[in-house]
Amino acid sequence: MNEQIQEVLALTNRWVKRLSREKFSMLFTLIQPMLFWLIFFGNLFQRAADVQIVQAPNYMSFLAAGVVVMTVLNNGLAGGVDLLFDKENGFLERLMATPIRRSSVIISRFLFVMAITAMQILVILGVAFLFGVSAETGILGIALILVIGMLFGVGLTAISMAMAFSVKSHGDFFSVLGFLSLPMIFLSSALVPLAAMPGWMKTLAFFNPMTWVIDAIRPLILSGWSQALPQVAIALGVLAIFDALCLYGGARAFKRSVG
Amino acid sequence: MSVAVAIEIKGLGKIYDTVNAVKNLSLTVAQGEIFGLLGPNGAGKSTTLRILITTLSPTSGTATIFGHDVVKEADTIRRLIGYVPQERAIDRFLTGREHLLLLADLYHLPKNEALTRIASLLKLVDLEEHADRVAKGYSGGMKRKLDIACGLLPNPKVLFLDEPTLGLDVQSRLNIWQYLRQLRQQGMTIVMTTNYLDEADQLCDRIAIIDRGEIRAIGSPKDLKASLGGDGVWLTLGDPHSPLVETLSTALKALPFVRAIRSAPQGLDIRVDAPEKALPAILDTTNRVGCRLDGIEYHRPRLDDVFVAHTGRSLKDQPPEPAT
Repeated sequence: MNEQIQEVLALTNRWVKRLSREKFSMLFTLIQPMLFWLIFFGNLFQRAADVQIVQAPNYMSFLAAGVVVMTVLNNGLAGGVDLLFDKENGFLERLMATPIRRSSVIISRFLFVMAITAMQILVILGVAFLFGVSAETGILGIALILVIGMLFGVGLTAISMAMAFSVKSHGDFFSVLGFLSLPMIFLSSALVPLAAMPGWMKTLAFFNPMTWVIDAIRPLILSGWSQALPQVAIALGVLAIFDALCLYGGARAFKRSVG
Repeated sequence: MSVAVAIEIKGLGKIYDTVNAVKNLSLTVAQGEIFGLLGPNGAGKSTTLRILITTLSPTSGTATIFGHDVVKEADTIRRLIGYVPQERAIDRFLTGREHLLLLADLYHLPKNEALTRIASLLKLVDLEEHADRVAKGYSGGMKRKLDIACGLLPNPKVLFLDEPTLGLDVQSRLNIWQYLRQLRQQGMTIVMTTNYLDEADQLCDRIAIIDRGEIRAIGSPKDLKASLGGDGVWLTLGDPHSPLVETLSTALKALPFVRAIRSAPQGLDIRVDAPEKALPAILDTTNRVGCRLDGIEYHRPRLDDVFVAHTGRSLKDQPPEPAT
């Protein structure tokens, strides 16, 4: 057990070092979601969005939950990229020829992606606060937002790693990634509430786990505990199923790839 | 004196989808030798190596390292071996020292021991000056040296190297050969793949020639060359299709030093025992028969000849391919 902790720490430390040496990449990773989505999109649609429809004092306060979950989505789906590069340049094989527990590599990646995501969520909520959006449920609510975000992120990262281990080339990986990411966002309640969508989109968004995650986080920011808790309970149920499926798929892909 | 067996491979086979990469391969490597797997790209060398380092499981057959099965006791094997991959499996954002520190943690070396080992390895491969630079700026030779230091970090009983000098300049190659010879002197068993003949010839104690997934010949470079049957003399004839060539061939066969004669596109390919006596006699005979001689070439047997004899083609003719 102690040995595995040492392995996971050493491998996680590597991801941190890599990120810290890609300063530009780090900066843009942190800034992009809040700048692009929250500030630009939030202010741009301020007038266009109908307060009656979004059921929020202003569009940005409605959008905040969406941006939080979009960030989880993008980080999660990109979570396997570094493993893909490790696979392609042989670093993964070097690691696999050492007497480490096979799971240490995976766990280190989960830890790293989750830590980065958590930081980004806090930054987004902080920026939203500067624009006058504060979470109705306070610190405890923010902690719950982080937990829900992490639970969604685990499943997404597992999908991403499964893809990294299965694809033949990184071209395939990025094609699938590009194909998945935007539809997941548009076919969810991130930008518009379900009630305001055309029927067919509503149906698709209903089956998107992202919708349920957003619908749990949004009342934590906008409304307060009494409205949030039932939504949170539903989201936790959805996430339990989602994560179980993703982790099962991820474990299979990993086993097939590295034994 | 009997030498301990380091590696024993029996009937090893690996099939990818439809490709039979390794077929029924058997061989033994003794402790303390440098063993080379020689063959063109795609011959099955790297596949064999990957099975031995436990990152690939065989379709059939078994392989053991110091008595431990590479499939059933993979974790034990991983504690015995060091691996130097073919690709430049270097994280360009980490420094050389950070690579070694990471591996030290993965091998659970005690902190003090790790630091001393890392310092001495950096010294061995002459990377001390660059140890704290990010690997992005390393030259090919420096990356390779770091690779070797990484492979040696766990102080392995068997070191596996995949094409250790591929694409390196002459000086770096010679340095790496020198490290490997030093390691053998310390009793380490070394298994390497190569598609360089001179590397196999000068560095390896024994080699297995592999082509299309099968072993074609196995032995020390010296024995393999001797098994060709003597030194080679090539005659280039003015008219290789003249009926006189037949007469010449019969006359040469009667000479005491000539062991074999084969006709070749340019003339005749002769194997001789004592070149200092055979050469004048061959020239005499050619003159006496009246064949016009355009050239005569003498050479000691080369590993390339061995390769051609066993595979029917020259390793030098292989077009460079991306490694698989």
